[in-house]
Amino acid sequence: MIALHGGSSIPVVDPTSADGVFGLLWLVIALPLAGAAVLLIGGKYTDKWGHLLGTLLPIGSFAISLAMFISLLGRDDHDRQIDQHLYTWFQTGHLDVGMDLLYDPLSALFLLLITGVGSLIHVYSIGYMAHDPRRRRFFGYLNLFVAAMLMLVLSENYLGLFLGWEGVGLASYLLIGFWQHKPTAAAAAKKAFVINRVGDMGLSLAIMLFFVTFGSTSFTVISAGAGDASTTTMTILGLLLLLGACGKSAQFPLQAWLLDAMEGPTPVSALIHAATMVTAGVYLIVRSNFVFELAPHAQTVVVVVAVISIFWGAWIGCAKDDIKKALAGSTMSQIGYMMLGAGLGVAGYAFAIFHLLTHGFFKANMFLGAGSVMHGMDDDVDMRHYGMVRKAMPVTYLTFAMGYLAIIGFPGFSGFWSKDKIIETALADSWLVGICALLGAGVTGFYMTRLMLMTFFTNKRWEKGVHPHESPSVMTVPLMVLAALSVLGGVFLIGDWIVDFLAPVVGTAPHEEPPIPALAVTVLAVCVVAVGVAAAWFLVGKRDVPRVAPQDVSFVTRAGREELYGNTINDTLVVNPSRHLTAALLATDKYAVDGVLTGGPVAVGLFAGFARRVQNGYVRSYALSILVGALLVAAALLAVNLA
Amino acid sequence: MNIQAYVVLSAILFTIGCVGVLTRRNAIVVFMCVELMLNASNLALVAFAKQHGNLDGQIAAFFVMVVAAAEVVVGLAIIMTIFRTRRSASVDDASLLKY
Repeated sequence: MIALHGGSSIPVVDPTSADGVFGLLWLVIALPLAGAAVLLIGGKYTDKWGHLLGTLLPIGSFAISLAMFISLLGRDDHDRQIDQHLYTWFQTGHLDVGMDLLYDPLSALFLLLITGVGSLIHVYSIGYMAHDPRRRRFFGYLNLFVAAMLMLVLSENYLGLFLGWEGVGLASYLLIGFWQHKPTAAAAAKKAFVINRVGDMGLSLAIMLFFVTFGSTSFTVISAGAGDASTTTMTILGLLLLLGACGKSAQFPLQAWLLDAMEGPTPVSALIHAATMVTAGVYLIVRSNFVFELAPHAQTVVVVVAVISIFWGAWIGCAKDDIKKALAGSTMSQIGYMMLGAGLGVAGYAFAIFHLLTHGFFKANMFLGAGSVMHGMDDDVDMRHYGMVRKAMPVTYLTFAMGYLAIIGFPGFSGFWSKDKIIETALADSWLVGICALLGAGVTGFYMTRLMLMTFFTNKRWEKGVHPHESPSVMTVPLMVLAALSVLGGVFLIGDWIVDFLAPVVGTAPHEEPPIPALAVTVLAVCVVAVGVAAAWFLVGKRDVPRVAPQDVSFVTRAGREELYGNTINDTLVVNPSRHLTAALLATDKYAVDGVLTGGPVAVGLFAGFARRVQNGYVRSYALSILVGALLVAAALLAVNLA
Repeated sequence: MNIQAYVVLSAILFTIGCVGVLTRRNAIVVFMCVELMLNASNLALVAFAKQHGNLDGQIAAFFVMVVAAAEVVVGLAIIMTIFRTRRSASVDDASLLKY
């Protein structure tokens, strides 16, 4: 049922209880969770078949998700929110938190993305991790991640969402640091975890504020009561949620962990740090639309953060020579687009999710493609050692090209439709934001073309003894599927399907005539992208690429290589002060606290050294002491009695 | 009945015993002084019992006598042993148990 607040168009979450195929909702989470349990507890006994089980279970989840999705389509528009109450999670005082799952159009799309792309990446990993002695553990972690991510998008209350949120954080930590024998990987995992903690603090504060304000953390209760809360409360809530989203989605100013996270195995980068986990922030904002719609200032901040992130990520993407880091910069930039869509309100939510889906397809495709290239190049990630790989790896090249065309927004490909819609909405909202989004698309065209040219075209710059070869079919088949999705992802937009489909969750925007016709925007966007591509062709494609990165470069390039000094800023503002604080605390502990603690016993010891002289062995002196003592006692008694 | 004389006598005896314990070195003499103090207190107990007209003090005196008898047994045995090993009954010589 859809109930609306008086006058506004914010839908209220009001699910009906699950029946029929929706009764299987819990299984979607339970299957991968069981997989993680079996693989991680079973240990080496599951080594032989662990990867197969770990792949089959997400596929099972995908099958259930697909069945439920089809069943959901068969329902009436107003009847598409389904709640499954599993059990009461905990109950204390006024806080009553149920383990409730909410299946609605938004979570339905996420379910398909997570289990679908997730399954493909599991299949790919069978090949990619074939030579890793700890492959079974890798699949255990991947399953854990999938289960946590599904919990995140299926929970009906913020606490359940937080459970999934922390679960994906844990899985991300474990997987970034999967090759923990490399100090860089271990450090990157720790960094991701710590920076995410800053964001998590925002989310947990928001949850507490939800409870204080609404007495509940359930979407149903909060969305129904959202209109009664003050705008200030809503703005604070919105900003706290945004902080959480920034941490998880690597948006400015909590972006620094994403590039280091590329230390993890490439399927991890594809699944967690491109297609699913990093988009959780966008999910959070779209899911909390009932907060943001009532907090226009928070929405403005979302837009500002998004625009900064678009350029920040794109800038890094332009300068990095490490193929995965260039893609990570691009991920940050593309999530900026999703955030922008989410920040634009009702008009943009659906397009943010649309771009999230298409990005999930093409970015997973490109990351897996990059993994395939690395596989053939002896795990070298430096694009300056690539070149002309297309001859050696035709399938990887062709599938990667599909992802490339999708991300730059080549007409007809999935990214074209989704990014175009966001730019259009941004332009309708404000000129400045729209033009920023448009320019961002041009930069995307530049850095992706640079990446494409340096990897698959230009002169051969291979290391000695490297003989690139095409990857096995267990890796190329997922690439082909993802390539097909990258091309065809635009079908969601036919007849504004996705907008209508998501309307029960995010509401319907009042129809407005755009200031400039949509077709003009599209043509403009394509032109801007063409300029970016052409610039890359002249700057990279027509020249010989040096094998070693030139050092006499402009400040712009240098800043990009240094990730815009994000690490330096963090170090100066947070890390080094923390270090000094720790050192000071350590010194305080060592000298002040320990001084007091060990000083006490030392003083007692010294005193005892003098006091024991009383014990001199002469019986008569003892007798004297007893006499004096007895006299004192007698005197005291007398004094008390007489007083 | 006036018990003042008894109490004064008891105090004098106790003081003599006390000074003896503190000043004499010979263990036997110290021991005798201890006995003197005990009996001084016995005298006071009995005198007060008479004044109050009940038997409490007398019973306490009997207890003291029993304790004194036991103490003599143990104490003399110890003094004997010390004398045998050191050929001396001075309490100042037996001062090994100290810090």
